[in-house]
Amino acid sequence: MAVAVRLALIVLLLLGPGGWGHTEPSRDSLREELVITPLPSGDVAATFQFRTRWDSELQREEGTDHYFLRYAVLPREVVCTENLTPWKKLLPCSSKAGLSVLLKADRLFHTSYHSQAVHIRPVCRNARCTSISWELRQTLSVVFDAFVTGQGKKDWSLFRMFSRTLTEPCPLAAESRVYVDITSSKQDNETLEVNPPPLTTYQDVILGTQKTYAVYDLLDTAVINNSRNLNLQLKWKRPPENEAPPVPFLHAQRYVSGYGLQSGELSTLLYNTHPYRAFPVLLLDTVPWYLRLYVHTLTITSKGKENKPSYIHYQPAQDRLQPHLLEMLIQLPANSVTKVSIQFERALLKWTEYTPDPNHGFYVSPSVLSALVPSIVASKPVDWEESPLFNSLFPGSDSSSYFVRLYTEPLLVNLPTPDFSMPYNVICLTCTVVAVCYGSFYNLLTRTFHIEEPSKGGLAKRLANLIRRARGVPPL
Amino acid sequence: MGLLSDPVRRRALARLVLRLNAPLCVLSYVAGIAWFLALAFPPLTQRTYMSENAMGSTMVEEQFAGGDRARGFARDFAAHRRKSGALPVAWLERTMRSVGLEVYTQSFSRKLPFPDETHERYMVSGTNVYGILRAPRAASTESLVLTVPCGPDSTNSQAVGLLLALAAHFRGQIYWAKDIIFLVTEHDLLGTEAWLEAYHDVNVTGMQSSPLQGRAGAIQAAVALELSSDVVTSLDVAVEGLNGQLPNLDLLNLFQTFCQKGGLLCTLQGKLQAQDWTSIDGPLQGLQTLLLMVLQQASGRPHGPHGLFLRYRVEALTLRGINSFRQYKYDLVAVGKALEGVFRKLNHLLERLHQSFFFYLLPALSRFVSIGLYMPAAGFLLLVLGHALELWMQLHEAGVGPEEAGGASGPSPLPPQAQGIGLASLVAPLLISQAMGLALYVLPVLGQHVATQHFPVAEAEAVVLTLLAIYAAGLALPHNTHWVVSTQASDRGWMALKLVALIYLALQLACITLTNFSLGFLLAATMVPAAALTKPSGPRPLYGTLLVLTSPAATLLGSLFLWRELQEAPLSLAEGWQLFLAALAQGVLEHHTYGALLFPLLALGLYPCWLLFWNVLFWK
Repeated sequence: MAVAVRLALIVLLLLGPGGWGHTEPSRDSLREELVITPLPSGDVAATFQFRTRWDSELQREEGTDHYFLRYAVLPREVVCTENLTPWKKLLPCSSKAGLSVLLKADRLFHTSYHSQAVHIRPVCRNARCTSISWELRQTLSVVFDAFVTGQGKKDWSLFRMFSRTLTEPCPLAAESRVYVDITSSKQDNETLEVNPPPLTTYQDVILGTQKTYAVYDLLDTAVINNSRNLNLQLKWKRPPENEAPPVPFLHAQRYVSGYGLQSGELSTLLYNTHPYRAFPVLLLDTVPWYLRLYVHTLTITSKGKENKPSYIHYQPAQDRLQPHLLEMLIQLPANSVTKVSIQFERALLKWTEYTPDPNHGFYVSPSVLSALVPSIVASKPVDWEESPLFNSLFPGSDSSSYFVRLYTEPLLVNLPTPDFSMPYNVICLTCTVVAVCYGSFYNLLTRTFHIEEPSKGGLAKRLANLIRRARGVPPL
Repeated sequence: MGLLSDPVRRRALARLVLRLNAPLCVLSYVAGIAWFLALAFPPLTQRTYMSENAMGSTMVEEQFAGGDRARGFARDFAAHRRKSGALPVAWLERTMRSVGLEVYTQSFSRKLPFPDETHERYMVSGTNVYGILRAPRAASTESLVLTVPCGPDSTNSQAVGLLLALAAHFRGQIYWAKDIIFLVTEHDLLGTEAWLEAYHDVNVTGMQSSPLQGRAGAIQAAVALELSSDVVTSLDVAVEGLNGQLPNLDLLNLFQTFCQKGGLLCTLQGKLQAQDWTSIDGPLQGLQTLLLMVLQQASGRPHGPHGLFLRYRVEALTLRGINSFRQYKYDLVAVGKALEGVFRKLNHLLERLHQSFFFYLLPALSRFVSIGLYMPAAGFLLLVLGHALELWMQLHEAGVGPEEAGGASGPSPLPPQAQGIGLASLVAPLLISQAMGLALYVLPVLGQHVATQHFPVAEAEAVVLTLLAIYAAGLALPHNTHWVVSTQASDRGWMALKLVALIYLALQLACITLTNFSLGFLLAATMVPAAALTKPSGPRPLYGTLLVLTSPAATLLGSLFLWRELQEAPLSLAEGWQLFLAALAQGVLEHHTYGALLFPLLALGLYPCWLLFWNVLFWK
């Protein structure tokens, strides 16, 4: 599996086109969809989408107050069955019927990529938006690794992937479909075969390229009824060669450079592999306060030249309160690598502020890249309500470009960490002792000592001496 | 403290120190050496134990069975390598991709400061190939590295074969939580350095390399593998890294656990470990291993590609397959299983390896001496330099003497003035010896072209010979500084100089000992007695010989002989001299290519300091 695939799939995470739909939705409707995309590497990506809508008595409030927009990331969380079970319970058919029977945890977590999302938003029920419905959209994307699960073979079937087959649609569903990407089969002479053969196909422009999908409608009795189940099979007629997979137009990489525990540098590489089109990218970085960023060291270079961002918004961190926020609009020249780097110094935390496993390192959340990437094929404006659900995952802004949001990898940064064990105490104690001893020894060694002349004595002594002199006796 | 603040008692104490100084110095030196020799004996050596919980109690079951596959890969690699004469990059890329890795290459080039005659290279350019196994459902924040260096002289094809077979096996497993980087470097350590610098996006040594396309987060641990044949009789572990840095002891413990589990024969410094620690034989054998380790560590050179990882705080060690004439041999499966076990346990790590010791000496694979126990040895040796205290008191008394003789007739203006002249007279020798050190550091590499133009020598020879020439020229200095030093109360002059030199030496040795105990101890054991004895009166030829014999260069020569003696491959004098010249060239080269600090340390720190003592000896 390649980074390219990974990053392309991270796109699936992005929220649909914000804003408000303006058509009359049906009441209490469920649409479910499964998109299977065989990848050139032999891996298979499967994306489930479930959309539920219901009416609500709530009135839409006027506008959104952007002052209250919040952005938060938890860079460390790993998705596991604990996250899947409650997620499944939100589905109207749970995992009893329809596409959701395929959601078996042991297979879903046997994959090389897993992404799970819940989106909820209000949708206007009429043009004036006097009443609203709520829309709950649940998506789950997994990439099955041909190498691990397929034991080296690259052919796939639903049963092999999920150890289940489809038997019946969810009775509540208004629409229940399976789409299989057969673009590569159409392009270069039947490299890929899908079984059973599709009754209909669907064509669309996804991420700037023309795609063809075989469509299986579970509500269509002809699809299911033959043998009471549907076990889709993919066969590669000519297995794909072991070559580097194609690179997407926009991808990114992030890393920490430098060594040692004092300073370092955060670098983000932005790749624009488009041969002739430049496009702008909005880069959003949140960095925890314990990495003290030196903003004057912010450098952006493309093709060896400085690249001035057309917009910078920087909000400095406050210790223990708020992270750094850095937002920039950068123009990426065609066929180039842009390096955004900024130096930082690692702060010393208070000793109670360390996490229980301080030597693991501290996470820095990923950068977020939002861009309108030029398409190869012009897309036509789509009707969101009529087209398949997955279309909303890849919104095209206009005919010439499509919207992409990428998340780079989170980073792990080591902070200077005391040894929270006996040696630490020993060092503290010995340092104290040494400091005390050093002080007094230094004092003794550098002080000069004088023998003090005995003083002439007080009044009494002088008197006594006077008397003694008068008596002819030696003075005291 | 009343003892020191009371002038009368203070004088008494001073007299006591002055009287007992010589026996105390001898005693402390003997104690230091004895303590060091005792390090190999049981109360001071302890059994190693695993400190890291994540790697401790649970065992893993190794399933690697790709011996044939590894041999097949190795054969193909060797054939392709022979055909192309360099690292078969395209073949490696193809093969790594076919076993399911994400493959990248990195090209690098480096012009060495002067031709490297031992490895026959000057303008080096090569390509590193690495494949990343991405851990499923993880975000590439952490990674482990398995690296195989391919040099011009060592093909290491079996190691490449095993690496590929392991990669194929690892790729089929789903338990990985950390990415694993499989790295094949060209030009052994130069390639490793180029890759590490590019990975961390720094340029420490002036290497030119293409930026890396693929990364896998923070590297947690690395294992370097060198195999020269299909079967091995034993595996040798190397831990000493650049500038004497050592990996966390837990990494070694981990490897040792799998050695025992797989019944592999594992050695340290090429020495088998003794079984019987109750009798005298075990500790004696341990002492040999310990001495070898001290010599290796003191040299400050990376004892394998792992040594370069340590700078970036990546715990690493090198495994070398040895094929000797022993009866019982292991095939690649046994080695592969041990590596699989090590990687699976490293995969369990939650934190970076930090629980166990970073400073230790190893008399055997399963025994270690911790920093708290070996430090006293160096401490006792450095105590000898407390001889400076005696000098200080003598100087003080010499200053006070006339004052006391003059009685209570008031403070005479003479002593401060004498003090001032004494300090001023120190400036010239200090500056000249430091300048000599600077010349020693800079001139050999800078002046190599001038030297090759005027003398019939190659560049590498020119560098070494210039080095020796400047070193020897330093010995002629006292006669040159003689005229600079004006008329002077002779005794006070050399005493002040020696005092400064002793303090300088003590400071340097203490600092070195803290970071690289072995180097500090070796230098202290040789330089300290001569430094303490040197004075311009008495048997000067004897002192002179002693001083020359314990100069840094002579220590290096002696160490080479000792090293080969301990390896049971004694050197003849001529061989020793050749090795010495090669070692000098390597030292300079390693400073420039990897950033080893031994050469600048000796040239800029200890050599000038030693010259000061030479100056003291010839004080007139």
